[in-house]
Amino acid sequence: MAKRATDTLTLWRVIPFAAVMFAGVATAAADQGAAGAVKPAIDTGDTAWVLMSAALVMLMTPGLAFFYGGLVRRKNMLSVLMQCLMILCLVSLQWVLFGYSLSFGPDKGSVVGGLDWSFLRGVGLEPNADYAATMPHQVFMMFQMMFAVITPALIIGAFAERMKFSAFCVFILLWATLVYDPVAHWVWGVGGFLRKAGALDFAGGTVVHINAGMTALAAAIVLGRRQGYPDEISPPHNLPFAVLGAALLWFGWFGFNAGSALGAGGLAGNAFTVTHVAAAAAGVTWALLDWLKFRKPTTLGMITGMVAGLVAITPASGFVTPMAAIWIGIGAGMFPWLAVTYIKGAFNYDDSLDAFGVHGIGGIWGAIATGIWASKAVNSAGADGLLYGNPIQLWVQTKAVIVTMVYSLAVGVALLKLVDVVMKLRVTEHEERIGLDLTQHREGAYTLIN
Amino acid sequence: MKYVIGIIQPDRLDEVLKRLTEKEIHLVTVSTVVGRGRQKGIAEVYRSHKESGSLLKKVKLEIAVNDAYVEPTVEAIVGGARTGDIGDGKIFVLDLPECIRIRTGERGGDAIG
Repeated sequence: MAKRATDTLTLWRVIPFAAVMFAGVATAAADQGAAGAVKPAIDTGDTAWVLMSAALVMLMTPGLAFFYGGLVRRKNMLSVLMQCLMILCLVSLQWVLFGYSLSFGPDKGSVVGGLDWSFLRGVGLEPNADYAATMPHQVFMMFQMMFAVITPALIIGAFAERMKFSAFCVFILLWATLVYDPVAHWVWGVGGFLRKAGALDFAGGTVVHINAGMTALAAAIVLGRRQGYPDEISPPHNLPFAVLGAALLWFGWFGFNAGSALGAGGLAGNAFTVTHVAAAAAGVTWALLDWLKFRKPTTLGMITGMVAGLVAITPASGFVTPMAAIWIGIGAGMFPWLAVTYIKGAFNYDDSLDAFGVHGIGGIWGAIATGIWASKAVNSAGADGLLYGNPIQLWVQTKAVIVTMVYSLAVGVALLKLVDVVMKLRVTEHEERIGLDLTQHREGAYTLIN
Repeated sequence: MKYVIGIIQPDRLDEVLKRLTEKEIHLVTVSTVVGRGRQKGIAEVYRSHKESGSLLKKVKLEIAVNDAYVEPTVEAIVGGARTGDIGDGKIFVLDLPECIRIRTGERGGDAIG
């Protein structure tokens, strides 16, 4: 009975939309014939799942705030929470005003979307068949908004504990507009040149993780090391908060990856499974490596590994099998571990919370791994990878990685330098010693008595 | 033997510790404390954030030294903690009648260092 009721409900929703389609796009309907006319029907299951997924991905940004917040010193706890929350608010507004249009709006020369959809003009309750044919266009826009929000928040890990809040706000707005929006268009926008080249990025390995990871490296280099780094920096002030944050990230990642199927079906189920498996494999791998190298498995290592696994599976989640996800997870435990353990020390840059090590390196591994393990048996709309007889895909993936790396590193450096010249990126030495909570926000996270 | 207690601004701790190390004074106990002085809890704008009434967050250093090390200890604390602003803190020097190292049972000046 419940099933019947749903069917009736769906039908009731289909009829008005079909009518709108007939009226509004008469020429298109004529071209496509009768079959085309019923295509843009809203599916309640798909819509419900993507709405839910958008909410899950939204929760990742406060989750990340606690993950990063737990890792900084207590005098900077609030500054990290504030930075994450300010990004949530600022980028959400940027997105509805013009960011969404720059990313997904009508293509301009394969590099950026036009401003036709700014102020959400034309982004209404009818589906947009190019992106998600079974749900309101606005639902797709909201789902994508949460990605645009969390991506710049990831960069905080590289400049935590020393960036001036005002400079931070300006930089984030510039970065969202000039880096995130174009790169999202290249990979996901209709007409984007990486999308046309056939690069596979299911849920944002290049757009989100390599992109944020490379700008994180830029930030670590341009801002310079924290005072006292590396010998006199205290350990994380609250690891339980970091664990809470990592758990929220894992939870939200189901929306991030399985939601990217843009439908409640088999593909979402596959993405859900491989996401979980890869995180598990990477968590175990990192813990084992810590165990072998430092004689004890650490909590910090375990949660870092989990997040690295989630990062690496992101681009692959709609194209690989659960067994492939184990290998991708193992690689995600290994390569970022090597980066954090050896490369950071060798080059002596202060990527405070390993935003580059985890998201940059993990993202690069994930994008490459997609070219190795992708299979059309999982997703007929995807492509076969190296292990399924299509080595070209590996090259296509590598190209997308290199293009994104170069762009976000170069533009990242340029934007940071620009903001530095105009208003100085860093707080003064005195303010850095006292901590950003008191100097940037006039609040302290913790009291000593009461 | 003397017992030196220094109450300083939290952000000066690293500098004080550095200067103590330079003078080869390694043994020190540090705690975070709250309190108030003549300024009644208001030093500068960023420090005017009030916690537990008008009490301000400070760092307390406790260092037990042999007599020859008293002046170097005081110099290190003053040198590292002085900014010239109200709220830089205080140093108290107390006589210390006895000191015992628990592990060995040593007493007096030998037990301090």
